[in-house]
Amino acid sequence: MSDTTRPAIEMAGVRKRFGATEALRGLDLTVPAGTVCGLLGPNGAGKTTAVRVLATLVAPDSGTARVAGHDVVRAAEDVRRAIGLAGQHAAVDEGITGRDNLRLLGRLHRLGTRRARERADELLARFGLAEAADRLVRTYSGGMRRRLDLIASLVTSPPVLFLDEPTTGLDPRSRQEIWDTVKELADGGTTVLLTTQYLEEADRLADDIVVVDHGAAIATGPPDRLKAAIGSQVSVTLADAGQLAATAVVLSAMTGGDAQVDIAERTVTVLTVPGVSVLLPALVRELDGAGVVARDVAVRAPSLDDVFLSLTGGSARGDGGDSEQGDAAGSAGAVGRAA
Amino acid sequence: MATVVLAAPRPSTVGRLVADTWTSMLRVLLNYRHSPGLLAASLGVPVVMVVVFGYVFGSAMRVPGGGDYREFLMPGLFAMVATNGVMPTMVGAARDVGRGVTDRLRSMPVSRTGLLLGQTLADLLVSVVVLALLALVGLAAGWRARHGLADTAGAFALLLLFRFVMTWAGTLLGLAVGKEEAAGQLSVAVFPLAMITNAYVPTGGMPGWLRLVADWNPISSVVQACRELFGNPSAPGSAWPMQHATLAALLWSAALLALCVPLAVRKFATHGR
Ligand SMILES: Nc1ncnc2c1ncn2[C@@H]1O[C@H](COP(=O)(O)OP(=O)(O)O)[C@@H](O)[C@H]1O
Ligand SMILES: [Mg+2]
Repeated sequence: MSDTTRPAIEMAGVRKRFGATEALRGLDLTVPAGTVCGLLGPNGAGKTTAVRVLATLVAPDSGTARVAGHDVVRAAEDVRRAIGLAGQHAAVDEGITGRDNLRLLGRLHRLGTRRARERADELLARFGLAEAADRLVRTYSGGMRRRLDLIASLVTSPPVLFLDEPTTGLDPRSRQEIWDTVKELADGGTTVLLTTQYLEEADRLADDIVVVDHGAAIATGPPDRLKAAIGSQVSVTLADAGQLAATAVVLSAMTGGDAQVDIAERTVTVLTVPGVSVLLPALVRELDGAGVVARDVAVRAPSLDDVFLSLTGGSARGDGGDSEQGDAAGSAGAVGRAA
Repeated sequence: MATVVLAAPRPSTVGRLVADTWTSMLRVLLNYRHSPGLLAASLGVPVVMVVVFGYVFGSAMRVPGGGDYREFLMPGLFAMVATNGVMPTMVGAARDVGRGVTDRLRSMPVSRTGLLLGQTLADLLVSVVVLALLALVGLAAGWRARHGLADTAGAFALLLLFRFVMTWAGTLLGLAVGKEEAAGQLSVAVFPLAMITNAYVPTGGMPGWLRLVADWNPISSVVQACRELFGNPSAPGSAWPMQHATLAALLWSAALLALCVPLAVRKFATHGR
């Protein structure tokens, strides 16, 4: 059976081809038990395929994958008993109530009729769906559906949870609710593999991020290390164009990067060199010290686009995707501002 | 939150098959319960068919060799209800695939055969109700089963068997198509298949090649078998399935089941591989 010392999820050299498309080209992945791993990549990178391999839905062409110590091909049934899956779409039955959705899943998990009902009630209450429990799912909002879909994967409290783009297409509040739930599960010891197109999401939730592109991992590490390796963008907008030169000197000194001066916009921009992090208060102090009056100071954390630019020199955006690419670019990292 | 696995120890295969069949049936029946429109449509269609075919077209129809057209028609309409079983299962299976429900179920330690069997058995229950209603409407329109209880029961058993076959065919098609809209469009293709039969008109007046298709259409075997079992007027051609209609209907059903059930279960188990 599963043993706690070995990683909860292991993939080694996994390849999977669909006709002419090679969705996975030797993906390696290790997720220690009790941690959250963020699989980060653009549309078409192979994230869903990786999750489907791990959830025993597709067999890899080559390579090995183990979940909770069980091989996904040879011991698929044991893997299935250890996992919960919330896929890219809200996989809930719209024609019945939320409560019935969970009860039916509980019965399929062989909890017994009574225990299945109790478990459904527990989950609905805990995740704020008690009031909507007896409404048909087709009357739910998008956020509620996603939440129901998420808790549908928790019916057995599985030790390993797969979440495929759990917040794509959600409004900020629903996104926050999903994030809170994932954090709560992780705190309880559940191993979570979540895929996302948002660096911010992986940053908030994951202990480790694996950046995937074209079916292989191109970078792995804790979010901070990854971000530090990329650098962030610092920009200062001035009231007085006469101070542009002085500002450029300060920024270059602080970041080690080459300052770009935009005279028309009265803005100085610089990308920090990897390893240097610039904190907003320190920046404001330095500018003050140089007598610069800034109208706007911003430190922008790297976005997924920056990650890809930095890791691949800009040629790495997925070619297999069909949509939603603008989305990832739109959700830039946290922006700090001071006036 | 504690990460205790609540699932019970691994049960026997048969126990699991039965339990999962039952749960899967429950899911379909709950869907029907919350969709009065769906049930009303299933129940309304036979009534409309009796009116449209029996009274509108039927006013200009003559059955060769004599007999009442509405009595000739009723076995055809029963068989149509059986045939239409292909549609709800096809659309339902495709919807489940498209929405990821199939993926979730397949990622669980459940009996795949049980899940599909439950869906087809639930449909069978619904069709019992629809066939019973159509029989009542038929009785009101002057149709009678004239050969006693055993033959009548035999005819209805045959109709249910054929409906069961068609729901498995629908499941297979739905899994293969995988998109709800595409399945809806494919439903339209069922219509000509159902029309090129002996259900509404005797095949004797059709051009030779069309008559051949109609006489060998599995639906025609079911219709002819029911006409014989109910003792209703008929005008069978000389083709083998028309001369041995009950046997032909059983053979067709067995062959289609032997084809569709394993293929559907395999498609379900390995979907997307
Ligand atoms: N069942 C399939 N059949 C054919 N191609 C597929 C299938 N699943 C995925 N692909 C292709 O494999 C590549 C990776 O897809 P996917 O794993 O869905 O990426 P992601 O989830 O990162 O967007 C894409 O080019 C996609 O079109
Ligand atoms: Mg995907």
